[in-house]
Amino acid sequence: MLISSLIGGVVMGSLYALIALGPSLLYGILRILDIANVAGLTLGAYTGLKVFDATHSLAASLAAGIVAAAAFGFILQRFLYRPILNRGPLIPLIASIGTFMAMEEVFRLAFGPYPYDFPAPVPLPTVHIAGTVVTGVELLILIVGLIVLVATWYTLRRTRLGLLWRATAQDRETASAMGVNTGLIIATIFLIGYGLAAISGILLGVNYNTVYPTMGDIPAYKMLAIIVLGGLGNPLGTIVAAMLIGLVETFVAAYLGFVLPRDAIAFIVLIIILLVRPQGLLPGESVRS
Amino acid sequence: MSYLVVVAVTIAIYAVLTVSLNMVVGYVGQPNLAQSAFFGIGAYFAAVFSTRYHTSFWWTIPLAFVTAGVAGLALGAISLRLREDFLAITTIGLNFVIVAIFQYVPFFGGAVGIYAIPLPSIGSYEFGNNAFLIVALAMLALVTLVSKYLEHTWFGASLIAIRDDEAAAASVGIPIASYKIIAFALSTAFAGMAGSLYAPFLSAVTPTTFGFTESIVILAMLIFGGLGTIRGAIVGAIILGALPEAFRFISNYRLLTFGLILLLMLRFQPEGLVGEGSVLAKLVQRAAEMLRQRPRANTIDPPSSAA
Repeated sequence: MLISSLIGGVVMGSLYALIALGPSLLYGILRILDIANVAGLTLGAYTGLKVFDATHSLAASLAAGIVAAAAFGFILQRFLYRPILNRGPLIPLIASIGTFMAMEEVFRLAFGPYPYDFPAPVPLPTVHIAGTVVTGVELLILIVGLIVLVATWYTLRRTRLGLLWRATAQDRETASAMGVNTGLIIATIFLIGYGLAAISGILLGVNYNTVYPTMGDIPAYKMLAIIVLGGLGNPLGTIVAAMLIGLVETFVAAYLGFVLPRDAIAFIVLIIILLVRPQGLLPGESVRS
Repeated sequence: MSYLVVVAVTIAIYAVLTVSLNMVVGYVGQPNLAQSAFFGIGAYFAAVFSTRYHTSFWWTIPLAFVTAGVAGLALGAISLRLREDFLAITTIGLNFVIVAIFQYVPFFGGAVGIYAIPLPSIGSYEFGNNAFLIVALAMLALVTLVSKYLEHTWFGASLIAIRDDEAAAASVGIPIASYKIIAFALSTAFAGMAGSLYAPFLSAVTPTTFGFTESIVILAMLIFGGLGTIRGAIVGAIILGALPEAFRFISNYRLLTFGLILLLMLRFQPEGLVGEGSVLAKLVQRAAEMLRQRPRANTIDPPSSAA
């Protein structure tokens, strides 16, 4: 039970990290809580599903999902966020909530309100670790999660793009004055952030074998809780927080068998964190360096 | 006719909610994405007391006003500790927490809610739709008058000063903390008051009626009409409240409509339809100026200009 909870928790944590990483990068650079990013998750899942039905290839499905969601993210930043960036943090946040709500309805109108199966076979074996079954999908989530997290860490710390991201995150105007093409950086981060959303959407769909219009609701709440817990805009803190929430949820479910509404608990915890430690667990990492 | 009255009552209740929401979001500039939760608190307390303790409707109004106001007091205290966007998330969370409380605490009737809420009465006369409309309009008049009065007081001016520059407001001696808390309490108390009418009007309350989506609908109405102005709040509630009734298909695409309105208004016309600085308000202002200037111009111009 301990090992299985541990593995289950890490799998959930990886999934949460993938979901929250994009919005966290976006918050770091723009100070906008981009809830619409979760619409990119659902868009990626639907696109991936449709392409999978046509090609029966998970790789093609992932590629198509990423392209669709990234295009959506690019359009959003170009035509919605960029023009309202200087109006404080609230207006973009409310606009992103509006976008998220409208997109959920668009999915319902385009694909119907019912859930679709997403029976993609994962080309990975089911393995047994200390008597615990780890399915191919869970293995895929762990592998993709690890690759993405290492790639993010490497990009932020060791590449020119990472340096420019950090400069823009610290002070957009000064970075711009120093010759950083902040518009390009913002666009790039949106492409990456929405691409990540598509990956997590497809993994979510395959893992639970279901894709439906409001599949983004719970990820959206979780994403907010994780970003706040991790210290807003701090990618490494976000990953730690995602793992923590994945593990705690799994252990609480396994040992205490809570039947209380999970969303409400997540939000109560979130509100308490905000009141007691509003800077998050690992504050300001992205800004400090 | 009766149907129109029902629509009018709904719109008037929405208008109470938008005008009261404007006190915090418009005047103080603090986010509150949970107005429908306070609306729900008022409705639930009115429902519980009128069904279980047979409290008269007229007593449930102040009861709902006070309970929602006290809850708002707590949110106001929380708001002092948080920056705008953090506070916005907190209020999003508040919707879910309060709906969960309605759903899981037996006192509030659980997931099925509370049914058979008695109709209000005066003496032996039981409320019909017309009576509901009169009370709804009276509530709207009350909240509008209070709001209007605030605009002309030191308190109201201070709220706007806090919105425009909190540090500057503090430096001239405005007690920011207590004023913010009072504004939150007042705003949510009026939402609760609207709830006390809504409960007997529907004769039933269910937890999901007061969820996050409804809070966003109220906010969308306010932003659509024009944040920061009473006329904006009322115009927004009237137009967006009537829209789904006038065009039946909109009620099937409610989220799409309100989501698009939010994002299009904030992107292209953040002042709202009739708010301060909106295209319409500027036109009216220019027209008023022209009307005012014309007679004066005539007196200055020599009569020879007629030739």
